[in-house]
Amino acid sequence: MKEFKYTITDPQGIHARPAGLFVKEAAGFPCKVTVSKDGKEVDAKRILGVMSLGVKQGMEITVTCDGDKEDEAAADLEKFLKENL
Amino acid sequence: MQKEYSGKPVFGGIAIGKVTIYHKKDSVVKREKVTDVEAEVNRYHKASDEAKEQLQQLHDKALKEVGEANAAVFEVHQMMLDDLDYQESVENIIRTQGVNAEFAVATTGDNFSEMFANMDDDYMRGRAADVKDISNRVVGILSGAGATGFTATEPSILLADDLAPSETVQLDKSLVLSFVTRHGSTNSHTAILARTMNIPALIGVDFTEDDMEGHMGIVDGYEGRFIVDPDEKVLAEYQKKKEREEEQQRLLQELKGKPNVTKDGHEINVYANIGSVKDVADVLQNDAGGIGLFRSEFLYLGCDDYPTEEQQFKAYKTVAENMAGKKVIIRTLDIGADKQVDYFRLDHEDNPAMGFRAIRICLKRPDIFKTQLRAIYRASYYGNISIMFPMIISVDEVKRIKEIIAEVKKELDDQKLPYKDCELGIMVETPAAVWMAEELAKEVDFFSIGTNDLTQYTLACDRQNPNLEDFADTHHPAVLREIEHTIKSGHKGGAWVGICGELGADTTLTETFLRMGVDELSVSPSRVLAVRNAIRNTDLSK
Repeated sequence: MKEFKYTITDPQGIHARPAGLFVKEAAGFPCKVTVSKDGKEVDAKRILGVMSLGVKQGMEITVTCDGDKEDEAAADLEKFLKENL
Repeated sequence: MQKEYSGKPVFGGIAIGKVTIYHKKDSVVKREKVTDVEAEVNRYHKASDEAKEQLQQLHDKALKEVGEANAAVFEVHQMMLDDLDYQESVENIIRTQGVNAEFAVATTGDNFSEMFANMDDDYMRGRAADVKDISNRVVGILSGAGATGFTATEPSILLADDLAPSETVQLDKSLVLSFVTRHGSTNSHTAILARTMNIPALIGVDFTEDDMEGHMGIVDGYEGRFIVDPDEKVLAEYQKKKEREEEQQRLLQELKGKPNVTKDGHEINVYANIGSVKDVADVLQNDAGGIGLFRSEFLYLGCDDYPTEEQQFKAYKTVAENMAGKKVIIRTLDIGADKQVDYFRLDHEDNPAMGFRAIRICLKRPDIFKTQLRAIYRASYYGNISIMFPMIISVDEVKRIKEIIAEVKKELDDQKLPYKDCELGIMVETPAAVWMAEELAKEVDFFSIGTNDLTQYTLACDRQNPNLEDFADTHHPAVLREIEHTIKSGHKGGAWVGICGELGADTTLTETFLRMGVDELSVSPSRVLAVRNAIRNTDLSK
């Protein structure tokens, strides 16, 4: 299992479009990927769940990858967040 | 009978045309029992696939028509339809309750939309509409409902409760003159689309829609007015406004970014006159080359005490920064005459136009003057500021002003506050300044001719006296000769010369001024394009 934390810097937070891109990115990996914020955990491959976290600028999220290609997934998603959010 | 409604404008502009009401599809979904639940689940998946295909087409259409940022919503919609939570919820309702797919989709849509509606974030609350929208799309396909509810056959003002993003994109844009909706927010898709399409739109309009279909309507996106069945007079007024607006738009398209050069290659500057910080938007919108007259009176009028250095500094700095390096000429306070302020405690005057006003107050009360100069010099660091002094009649006044400026600069140096050296200029608005122009030009960098006061003083016609309108000929040869003399003498003394009074915007005189050798014309923002157009159509070689 791989886990990392990331603090959102985008002033709009995780709004619909980047949430969609993030979900797409996560869906590209076979392992289970979850995102959690303040104890609430959702499936990172489901857009409505990710949006429902209501993540705003300055909030910290935890991304957990578990299963096949988890290392690759974690590295890729961390890079994606840094570049887009 | 004319009826008027008010609303919140989300995009400016005027629209005149027939009102067409957008009829929503009947969205009442019946709950029905089904026997073959698996067939119902399949029916749902088929409809969902078709919905995604439609969304793909909408996305491609939007991409071409309104750009990527507006098209992205359909990509998100596709993903929402693909969302497993959403799909599982629909399947679950069909299977456990043994009900029709329409009902399961509508219920799921309601549940998710409620989840968003309850979030503590305006943006996310707005997304409730997206979830509703995708669900309505699938329900529409399942129940075989027809297409769009906008039935206009000629360009119309579209009236609706609110419009979902997919509804706005499916509209035939060439038939929409304006959006008027009862609900919606400035962040809604309708608002964003209106801004992209450059058409006026109002939201939050409380209209009674039963009897408006096909009636004549006017949307004023500046004032937030929606008028139905306008009186002849109102209609004529708005038609004129609209024509002016269209002319302005046409000129803007044609002139944006182009130099103000005559056919034979003579180039001058066209700047704008402003009277407050918020006017800067108009300046930029009309593509002016700079601000030729920034009246500073607004800082002094409408308050109970002298504005502080900090208040002034902020205002000047904001304007300088917003103009991003373009010239901003600030005129020091021109209080007195027709602009009276109680806290200045000026004595009553029988003839205030010729009284204690403008630079005369500044030189008698250097404390007020210094506060303003300090604020301007501090702001100068953040842009390209010049300073201009009103009501000058003698070289000696300019010399005294420069002494005060030297004191101000020394103070700033001692306090280690940064500033730039500003170009200094004077208003030429008294006959005395006209006839001393050459000597004055040696003391300053530029002149700006204030034709309103110059006309008043030259013709001995009080500007405020309506009985003198027939006498105060704005094209009086005496005034024109003074302008010519000022330009020529100014150049001889080494100063550039502009005109910032009303006459500068008079396009029947543009060629005359160009022939006199004027270097700059500063006019109200709405006249900038007309003047630039006049310059570009002038040929001085003929």
